Amino acid sequence: MVTVSSWLRAPCPALVVDAVGAVHGMNDAAKSLLPEKVLPSQWRHGESVHIAERTYTTHRVDNEDDSVTWWLLDETDLLLERERAALLTRVSSALMTSLNPERCMTVVAEMAADHLADEVLVIAPRSGDGHPVTRCRRGESPTYELRHVDVDAVIGLSEALRGFPPVPSRWIDPAAAPEWLAGDVASIVVTPLPGHGVPAGALILMRRGGQFSEDEEAFARLFASRAGVAISAASLFTQQAVITDRLTRDLLPPTLRRYEHVELAGRYRAAADTERVGGDFYDVHELPDDELFVVLGDVCGKGLDAAAQTGKVRTAVHALLQVVTDHDKMLHALNQALLTTDRSRFITTVVGTVRPAGEGLRVTLTSGGHLPPLVVRANGVVEAARTKGTLVGILPRIMTSTDEVVLAPGDSCLLYTDGITEAHGGPLGDEEFGEDRLRRALAACGGMPAEALVEHVHMLAAQWVGQGEHDDMAVLSITAPRRRSS
Amino acid sequence: MSTVTTTVDSLWEAAFAGDEHRATDVVLDAAGELGAETVLLDVIGAVQHRVGREWAANRISVAQEHAITAINDRAVTALSITRPRRQPEHGRVLVACVDGEWHALPARLLAEVLSLRGFAIDYLGAQVPTPHLITYLHRTGPDVVALSSSIATRLPVAHSTMTACQATGVPVMVGGAAFGADGAYARKFGANAWAADARSAADMLLSRTLTAPGTPHQPVDDLPHLADQEYTLVSRSARDLVRSVYRGLEERVPAMRSYSDEQRQHTAEDLAHIVDYLATALYVDDDALFHDFLSWTGAVLNARGVPAQVLEPALELFAAQLRDFPRARRMLTQQATSLSA
Repeated sequence: MVTVSSWLRAPCPALVVDAVGAVHGMNDAAKSLLPEKVLPSQWRHGESVHIAERTYTTHRVDNEDDSVTWWLLDETDLLLERERAALLTRVSSALMTSLNPERCMTVVAEMAADHLADEVLVIAPRSGDGHPVTRCRRGESPTYELRHVDVDAVIGLSEALRGFPPVPSRWIDPAAAPEWLAGDVASIVVTPLPGHGVPAGALILMRRGGQFSEDEEAFARLFASRAGVAISAASLFTQQAVITDRLTRDLLPPTLRRYEHVELAGRYRAAADTERVGGDFYDVHELPDDELFVVLGDVCGKGLDAAAQTGKVRTAVHALLQVVTDHDKMLHALNQALLTTDRSRFITTVVGTVRPAGEGLRVTLTSGGHLPPLVVRANGVVEAARTKGTLVGILPRIMTSTDEVVLAPGDSCLLYTDGITEAHGGPLGDEEFGEDRLRRALAACGGMPAEALVEHVHMLAAQWVGQGEHDDMAVLSITAPRRRSS
Repeated sequence: MSTVTTTVDSLWEAAFAGDEHRATDVVLDAAGELGAETVLLDVIGAVQHRVGREWAANRISVAQEHAITAINDRAVTALSITRPRRQPEHGRVLVACVDGEWHALPARLLAEVLSLRGFAIDYLGAQVPTPHLITYLHRTGPDVVALSSSIATRLPVAHSTMTACQATGVPVMVGGAAFGADGAYARKFGANAWAADARSAADMLLSRTLTAPGTPHQPVDDLPHLADQEYTLVSRSARDLVRSVYRGLEERVPAMRSYSDEQRQHTAEDLAHIVDYLATALYVDDDALFHDFLSWTGAVLNARGVPAQVLEPALELFAAQLRDFPRARRMLTQQATSLSA
């Protein structure tokens, strides 16, 4: 019968079992697979059975004579592929989450140790004093260290770190591996971690017993390519973040320190949540004789361009202070400086010179087109400084008038930008916070410490805005400290 | 000999008088006898609780609350700079407040205590926009993020911040009054840990490693009820709601027509708070959150000598506006009934 002979030559193992459970016959594939006793009577249709290190799904066909033909469908490769695909997906989703190179290396080492090898090392390119190295043994927690690595001591490592194709595992003699790498391993694979243009490091897989097959090496490369991209993205992010930090450091508002006679506190919030710098600025400079020079202002526009301009203005003010401390002359000079650089970006600013006077402070204030500072007396009386002036950096000549206020202990002088008063919102959503409301609020703030005052003002404006959009906000308080009560 | 109770009283008096030097002296003296951790948590922390109580009872203003907190904060600084430095021997913890949270001191106290216990601390404080927090996380790779939130209305932001932190693979511990007395909201949000106070937070971090968060997910995965859009719609139209209820109130409560500008603003602010809390209660799906807020508001208004007479009609007007929102209407009408009962 044709069917009988084709059954015998079928590529899938098949065996016929009679009604009492005895094996009646096997085809050629089954004979080569099943030299020993098998007990098909215990099989159930559709279950997985392990024979000679492979996995088969049993498929039962009932024959007319009550015997049963069992077909064994080899699913070993399918299951392996499925497991690997799942592993790659897990690696990708675990790595996608982090932009921290160290954490990425840890995730890679841990996953590789769980699935690919007994012991794993992830070695990043040299940075500073050594190579960042993450090591993980199966079942243990990964460890991270910065260590000296002689990359030439391991065959394939220096190549991998420079982005050359991997050296086949069989070329690497585990016995010759340096002590720091591993003792007592039977097989080593070194795979490059390819990055974005530059190598992200190397992945070293080690096995105590048995060799890595070529297929396993190929999969290790697949794993490494995903890992490399993630580690590389994290390194790139870190580099960019470090650069941004360095470049914007001078644009951030300064940390204000306390002086014996003066309390100073400032608050700053950029319009955009994603940025830390904006078009508002303040600065404090120390002058001889316990005097302080304070400047607060607002560059027209917002965002990074305005922030860059605040840097120029702050540098200009600092430089000008070395030759001129008179407010009128200072603002004239600043006006000239801004006119000759960038006419499109004018500023409003208020400058103040603070001197100790008796128990309190004497503060001279000059506005260049800016909102006049508000003086908050210890008893809650609020008055505006009488200073006016033109915008700086738009007209060839500017006019200014200077006011002098005396702060008794507990009095404060509040400098702020229009981001506070023009905060739009309120409980009904359609009002500006406004100067009147600010003054009313300040009437309850007599005698407050400087930090509390600026925090309070910032909070009122921020809560007024609620979830809506706001402009850059800057507040600075010059406060005459209260005397010790005892 | 100073005990905790007498020290709390002395610090309160000094802070209330705005006397920074005396406050600092009190704290430094007590630290010698009681230990830094006790002073931070049982003295400074206790004074801070008292600030909240005094404010609710209308014995101090918000401005005074800020002033006292500033003095307390300086006392923490004084304690922090005078205590011996300790080399961190445990993990690295990032301590921050949820954006929009103005109560930074609880987080600061936690940061100080963890530092005393030997953790490496990055303290970011209050008013940190979430994008900065996440960037900072990627940069520094801490072992745990500790997020603090005191005000219930920050819960939705707290949840999204927490989810964003977890998405970077870092476990998040949360704490603060916002998460409920037993941390119920922390569990609802899928926090990796919740601590009732700084001391138990430190104990927990010392005794066990927090489990790493699972795969990245979205807030709605923790709170399937959000699919009904009630939270979204109420919170997006919050200001329109306040405006129309305000107008409705003017018709129903004649006394309001002669209100001063300030009284109008206060009434509108009270209405805005009601909507904020309603939205938050819808977010966490907990009627009790809204009801607790209203009874607390009633008590605060009474303490301020403001008759709660607008509360009941206001809730009725809100319920009428939100008649198509079954959960919101349930919260509003149950409360209106219990107020009139």
